[in-house]
Amino acid sequence: MKAPVFSAWFGRGAVTAPPDIESAALRSDRFRLEREGEWRRLEDIVARMERGGLRRIADDDLIALPALYRTAASSLSVARETSLDAATLAYLEALVQRAWFQVYGPRQGFARWLRGFLLGGWSRAVRALWLDICIALFVMVAGAVVGWLLVAGDEAWYYRLFPARPGEPRVPGASRDQLLATLGNEESAAGLAGFAAQLFSNNSAVCILAFALGFAFGIPSLLLLVHNLALLGALLWLFDTQGLVVELAAWLSVHGTTELFGILLAGAAGLHIGRAMAFPGDLPVLDAAAAAGRRSAVVMVGVVIMMVVAALLEAFPRQLVEGTASRFLIGGTMLLFWLAYFVLYRPGVPAGDAAQDALR
Amino acid sequence: MTARPGDRRTRMLTTPEGLLLPITLASRGARAGALVIDVMIIGISLLVFQLALRWISDGVLSGTAFDPGNLTGGALEFLGIVLALIVFCTWYGYFLVQELGPRGATLGKRITGIRIAARGGARLTPEAVIARNLLRDIEIFYPLVALFVLIVLAEADQDIGVLGWVLTGWFALFLLFPFFNRDSLRAGDIIAGTWVVARPRTKLAAVLSAQGAAAVEGASEVTGARYDFGAAELAIYGEKELQTLERILRTGEPDALSAVHAAICRKIGWDPGAGDERAFLEAFYAQLRAKLESDMRFGKRKADKFS
Repeated sequence: MKAPVFSAWFGRGAVTAPPDIESAALRSDRFRLEREGEWRRLEDIVARMERGGLRRIADDDLIALPALYRTAASSLSVARETSLDAATLAYLEALVQRAWFQVYGPRQGFARWLRGFLLGGWSRAVRALWLDICIALFVMVAGAVVGWLLVAGDEAWYYRLFPARPGEPRVPGASRDQLLATLGNEESAAGLAGFAAQLFSNNSAVCILAFALGFAFGIPSLLLLVHNLALLGALLWLFDTQGLVVELAAWLSVHGTTELFGILLAGAAGLHIGRAMAFPGDLPVLDAAAAAGRRSAVVMVGVVIMMVVAALLEAFPRQLVEGTASRFLIGGTMLLFWLAYFVLYRPGVPAGDAAQDALR
Repeated sequence: MTARPGDRRTRMLTTPEGLLLPITLASRGARAGALVIDVMIIGISLLVFQLALRWISDGVLSGTAFDPGNLTGGALEFLGIVLALIVFCTWYGYFLVQELGPRGATLGKRITGIRIAARGGARLTPEAVIARNLLRDIEIFYPLVALFVLIVLAEADQDIGVLGWVLTGWFALFLLFPFFNRDSLRAGDIIAGTWVVARPRTKLAAVLSAQGAAAVEGASEVTGARYDFGAAELAIYGEKELQTLERILRTGEPDALSAVHAAICRKIGWDPGAGDERAFLEAFYAQLRAKLESDMRFGKRKADKFS
């Protein structure tokens, strides 16, 4: 055990010359000796690919790889029918498996995937989830309405949704000036960048939670949406009591159009998985869950990006820009931008991906 | 050839060429070990990074002659943002970039000799890798962090109610998930359509039938004699015994060699001598394999000595 592990770590290890083919007594061993050179070449190429990607492989080797892989695969199926040499069979099985991982491995690294993702992959994935997005949107609106109605019916609900903290001005019965003061802007940008970073990790954690909870048939994702939007509804009611609902909406819209859109997508992604598991259709449950999971994972990467944008908007423009109209302008522009990106931006699918999708 | 008998972790994979390949699922212990190693690597490197930042911020402070009034908030704030971004990128990037690489494994997985693969022989895609890594957060880290917070709260004599039990149950549910399905999938593997397999690492062994007494004109080095076995003597064993014999010849332990030598001699009615066991076994191995392989070409297979 000692020698092979260390030689594998620290170098290629000297390859001993195979014995003379004529000296082998068995036909199956002669078969092996005739092909051994190609197997070793394949092993060497695969080992180099595993170590450092494609760049360090000579073109000749790269062109030879598929042929060598198929040679090894056919050697294996012949050897299984003609040879009883367990060691050679085990070696071939391991070799073909390693080569298979390289020949049929991921075709793109992270950087290339990210480019394809931004140039069309993201909006395509969002459009594929349209039904879940509609359901999640309905649930979110319902959550906001429920929050409003609950608090309007009984003010005690407000304290249940927002546990009162000392010095918190946003409570029922607050005066118009007090509420208006919370919508004011800061004088300078000092301290806001740190605030943004903190907001971002907080919000993206909520979104990832909404997505991951989809695993339990999507119910917790929806509950999370209802809860978050009920808070919003209660807040809207509070400001409405003093006739400030438009000002609040403007204040929220700066980052809220991006953030709520992100939360909507995260909830829809979670719901998509949950729906696929509850109603897998023609596929086995595991396959349906896997297909849905891959589709929603793409959306989730986008949600994280949206949370970055939302946090930046929340920290800088919302605190620095004053005036209802200009706040609405920023928020509305962002909303329009996202809608256009998801709905109108439809670049052609790259040929390779299209074939892959068709074969799926 | 579906699953090999007696090996519950072996699955058969069909390559696009129609070839059945056995793959071995990684043991749960290896996966837990890999996760511990990865988390330790991330934790230690983030700690080192944070210490470096602390050192830089100390430098920034001393540059203002330790008067916080002189301090420009921008510098410290910038360091804070760098830290938050680095933590986020390290946490997600570490797993994503490495598992998308040609090895399909993080450093911890490489050390424990495992890698990820798409279930059922499909191509591994970036989406799958992302999905399985996003799920890891709710499986392990959120409940762990939340439990930790609850413990701190409970220490401070706050009433936490049943929340602690709920979280513990959640944590246990996901932690024990791999024990409740055949392929030991965790929740992230189910969502992503992946599984974790052992990385094969087998070296090509020497050709047995080209060395020593097994070769074409081979004879014993000790006595110079050639062993020849008759058809009746070769007919008593099958493939299973042949492969046992191969394993013993490859390891070459003298005790095992002489024990097997004695057993074979007793079985075929020869008088067991001593001192030339290896040559005897090599010759017997080569001739038994030649016979079994030639039968195999005619479609006759003998699995073991009982068949």
